Amino acid sequence: MSQVRVLVGTKKGAFILNADGSRENWDVSGPLFAGWEIYHLKGSPVDPNRIYASQTSGWFGQIIQRSDDGGQTWAPPGTKPEDLMGADGMPKGVSNMFAYEGEVGTHKFYDGTQHPWEFKRIWHIEPSLTDPDVAFAGAEDAALFKTADAGKTWKELPGLRGAKGHLWQPGAGGMGLHTIILDPTNDRRMYIAISAAGAFRTDDGGINWRPINRGLKSPYELPDPDAEVGHCVHRIAMHPSRPGVLFMQKHWDVLRTDNAGDQWTEVSGNLPSDFGFPIDVHAHEPETIYVVPIKSDSEHFPPDGKLRVYRSKTGGNEWEGLTKGLPQKDCYVNVLRDSMAVDSLEPCGVYFGTTGGQVYCSPDGGDSWSPIVRDLPPVLSVEVQTLQ
Amino acid sequence: MIRVALPFHLRKLAGLEGELNLQIPEPVTIGAILDAIELKHPVLRGTIRDHVSLKRRPFIRFFACKEDLSLEPYDTLLPKAVASGVEPFLVVGAMAGG
Repeated sequence: MSQVRVLVGTKKGAFILNADGSRENWDVSGPLFAGWEIYHLKGSPVDPNRIYASQTSGWFGQIIQRSDDGGQTWAPPGTKPEDLMGADGMPKGVSNMFAYEGEVGTHKFYDGTQHPWEFKRIWHIEPSLTDPDVAFAGAEDAALFKTADAGKTWKELPGLRGAKGHLWQPGAGGMGLHTIILDPTNDRRMYIAISAAGAFRTDDGGINWRPINRGLKSPYELPDPDAEVGHCVHRIAMHPSRPGVLFMQKHWDVLRTDNAGDQWTEVSGNLPSDFGFPIDVHAHEPETIYVVPIKSDSEHFPPDGKLRVYRSKTGGNEWEGLTKGLPQKDCYVNVLRDSMAVDSLEPCGVYFGTTGGQVYCSPDGGDSWSPIVRDLPPVLSVEVQTLQ
Repeated sequence: MIRVALPFHLRKLAGLEGELNLQIPEPVTIGAILDAIELKHPVLRGTIRDHVSLKRRPFIRFFACKEDLSLEPYDTLLPKAVASGVEPFLVVGAMAGG
């Protein structure tokens, strides 16, 4: 029988939630890495037992953890005895080393001056679609790193910061690379998104990048609403059957592109608020998308205290609120950008986590919801693995 | 034998219980202790000081013999009580405040 494994990153550790395909009864394990911020965990689509996790702390920096048994045991890659010492006797344990390539360079800082890139943490890890030893990691300050040895070492793809990086400027939440989308039909094409810089695409495997922000309008955030870079993209989602169609939740506005980002069109339609963080696509219906409207850019809670997922079955513009099983009064949680995921069962399951520590599951494509857990630490990320 | 006390999260990361004991030849300096910690427990590289610049991470403190040594250069000689193992060298996570 099918199973689902939900990987939850929180402000104080990671949790793994398991259920069979009915998605009714859940086993909750954790916290893993208790006390650390777990920004993201994600399993390899090639080998679901291989899971990468970003473990981070304002005190102690960045750690990468890897499990090869579905999350039962973990270790920082490269810490087996044979990995520890290099030829010169010095440790080889550099799985948590994210060094910018070459001249570090500068980006625009809060005060308008140029400021050197400084590594802070990994926001998102995206395992390769074809090789479990390959994964990409999105960093703050924004940069893209790649491992080809299962996380033992990471190397920057510096061409990204060449895409007008000197003009990128952090927002209040930091300048993090939070979205990495791999094109399943073209291993040379990849999309990424950065807070307060925008969306970018490579068509040559990550060597060269270009901004893909045409059609985005940010009249309240940027002096030039149509600027080539600087837009605060919150999340992008893609259905694997149509890799040229992307859906975006921007700071304000929900948008879509049908030509791989060359031109975006707003599809906010009748949403009660077009501000929000996550966006995702139904596993079997490429025109069915989900967002969680959040009030304004400063209050960061659901409008009217009602937690509602909005679903469009028309690829945007026409939205319906989904409320069954979700709190419809006195609810003031947020849902962060990496905290929504879908499984690939039939019917499609939809999941999201909140800053109040709830993780909700809808086993019927969003029609009804119930909490898997209610009282975790604030949820930073949710991923789901469908296990046959 | 040099005694080093690490904060909870770093002990757990390195799989340690209690203090870390290190053999370090004279002269015993802050830098020598950090080198020895990282040599023995490579997983701690980058958690106490930056991988590349080797600068102390901003919210890490070094204490010994009731003194704050955080701002001292890495070639600072440590007190005899630390070098002889009477007193531990403390690696501390700074107070969060609040």
